[in-house]
Amino acid sequence: MRLVKFAAVGLTAALALTACGQGSATKQAAAPEGKSVVRYMNFSSNDGHEKDLTAIVNAFQAANPNITVQVETVPYADYFTKLQTAVAGGTAADAFELNYENFVTYAKNGSLAELKSVDASVYKKSLYDAFNSDGKQYGVPESFSNVVLFYNKALFKQAGVAEPTADWSWKDEQAAAAKLTNKATKVWGDYQPVSYNEFYKVLAQNGGAFLNSDRTEATFNSPQGVEAAKFLVDKVGKTMPTEADGAGTPDFDTKLFTSGKLAMWHTGIWMFSALAGAKFDWDVVVEPGNTQKASAMFANGLVVNAASKNADAAQKWITYLSSSDETTKTRLASSWELPPIADESKLKSYLDQPKPANREAVFTALEQPILPPVIERQQEMQDTVTQELTAAAAGRKTVEKALADAQSKVNGLLKK
Amino acid sequence: MRAKKLGWVLFFLLPSAIPLVAFTLVPMVSSLWVSLHKWNLISPMQWVGLDNYTNLLTDPTTRQVFLHTLVYVVGYLPLVYAGGLALALVLNQRLKGRAFLRATYFLPVVTSWVVVALVWKWLLNPANGLVNQILGFFGVPGPGWWTDPHWALPAVILSSAWKDLGFVMVILLAGLQSIPSDVYEAALVDGANAWQRFWRITLPLLSPSTFFVVVISLINGFQVFDQVYVMTGGGPSGSSQVVVGHIYDLTFRYGRAGEASALSWILFAVILLITVLQVRGQRKWVHYA
Repeated sequence: MRLVKFAAVGLTAALALTACGQGSATKQAAAPEGKSVVRYMNFSSNDGHEKDLTAIVNAFQAANPNITVQVETVPYADYFTKLQTAVAGGTAADAFELNYENFVTYAKNGSLAELKSVDASVYKKSLYDAFNSDGKQYGVPESFSNVVLFYNKALFKQAGVAEPTADWSWKDEQAAAAKLTNKATKVWGDYQPVSYNEFYKVLAQNGGAFLNSDRTEATFNSPQGVEAAKFLVDKVGKTMPTEADGAGTPDFDTKLFTSGKLAMWHTGIWMFSALAGAKFDWDVVVEPGNTQKASAMFANGLVVNAASKNADAAQKWITYLSSSDETTKTRLASSWELPPIADESKLKSYLDQPKPANREAVFTALEQPILPPVIERQQEMQDTVTQELTAAAAGRKTVEKALADAQSKVNGLLKK
Repeated sequence: MRAKKLGWVLFFLLPSAIPLVAFTLVPMVSSLWVSLHKWNLISPMQWVGLDNYTNLLTDPTTRQVFLHTLVYVVGYLPLVYAGGLALALVLNQRLKGRAFLRATYFLPVVTSWVVVALVWKWLLNPANGLVNQILGFFGVPGPGWWTDPHWALPAVILSSAWKDLGFVMVILLAGLQSIPSDVYEAALVDGANAWQRFWRITLPLLSPSTFFVVVISLINGFQVFDQVYVMTGGGPSGSSQVVVGHIYDLTFRYGRAGEASALSWILFAVILLITVLQVRGQRKWVHYA
């Protein structure tokens, strides 16, 4: 009776929760007089930064003895499913983390509390504005990160290939990747997932646009788009491992790079701390572009649940977590995602740390950022684009056909 | 006196009645309600009447996932029945270590689906899985299994049949043991050979067990989910996506709970129809001794 079980456990448990969950919407124990408890749910401390978040919580509680913060950390892969059901069931935390892509959906449907009298001047303006919807501030930026090109210096030396520079273009990367790939020793030259996240970026590096300016139509099936998709797809099997080799499975790329079998790796600066123990010398550089440079930037924000009974305390906490000096210090010292503060002089200590040597690249990349294109039916769009590109990478479709199909499907999503 | 007895009956029913109501009946009824709305789980529900149903019935994806589910059932059922019957026939003989073998074949049935699916995914790895290595040894180029749209569903069918073989075996074994030996003895006296005994006695007298296995396997087959989710995630390119997997994605990936609920009810209707047809049709081929 799996259908029945499924219906019970999965599909409509959420509904049952709405029916009976209203009373328990904020079911934390009533705090003692004058003391409030703020429940906070996040994904970004998962897998390595839990201790750093605890340090920030402790500092906040020391400064605000009347507020206790209860942290719940959920892996990114499950986070948005969990958040969705929690919001539907009225059991969502008082404050939680949202990435920029998901912020729009939540702001639009009334599940977020508007923040009052926020000191906007402490934040980088572009990041602060990203969490504004229809003129109302529903969140503060929490952190940001970007993607750079990681490379294994030892492998470059071995192959006698010059190390990448900020002036590199796609052609330089392709030529180097071909020389670095050695199928006998199972060393791959390059790794860049064939996915939505990489595609909108290489599209920008090639001067194309994913959506039209008012976001009503997809425009990525252009000559620039085809060339960009080919740049990604042509790597597969040639200089980059295929799906059958394991590409795409969790941690595959991390293991490949840390085991010294991958020369170049397109990934985010959140990997810095995980690579601290690498047994070889590595560095980073701004990603190569084609007609122009463009580096993916991701922003996380902090919001207050509209149903929270401790909205004031919750706002205090997210303000502290986003902009306090304690947070900034902790984030920089642990090479976590970067703090979104306006005062860049406070970011100096980030550059003083030893590895990678070229930390400047993180800030250089910020000069030409590209944010993910966002629509209301975000996940469906991402899945569609990734699926079509994967079909092209596996040789089941031509790149031209894959992009045409993806574009018509995304346009379908924009209409509904 | 009778009323008092009924009270006790109800009392002893409580332990299963409470979960049944809370986790089956209430969600079922509420999913019917949800299926008439547009709902992304976080915004208020919006009444859309039967729109979800009409949208689903005209959506090519719905046709696709039902087709994949049908292919799965059609591939899985003969495999698991023939395999289970063969095992049951062999293990019904007086063999050394028979009990041990029976237990061994039943072991996958009680193993968690996630574990089985992960092991099979690994065995069927197109590049370095054991199955393709063995095929390669014999000079057969192994297929891409879960990376090839044509092989993803067969890979799932294969692992599902392997796991459920033991279940079918146990049911059929019980069926075999309930066939009276005097029927066989009479057939022997009449000069029937082994082949004739199998076709004329074993199979017909096994038909009640066969009927049970077919009904249960069809219902389970139409609800296939775990193994697909773990092994292929419905891919590549949606080539192995099945109905329940689509229901899951609609709700938890895409926030379309209304359509997902409607699809659950469509699936329910399909399974109900098939089961009713089977129960009606059993008169023609099921012999209760």
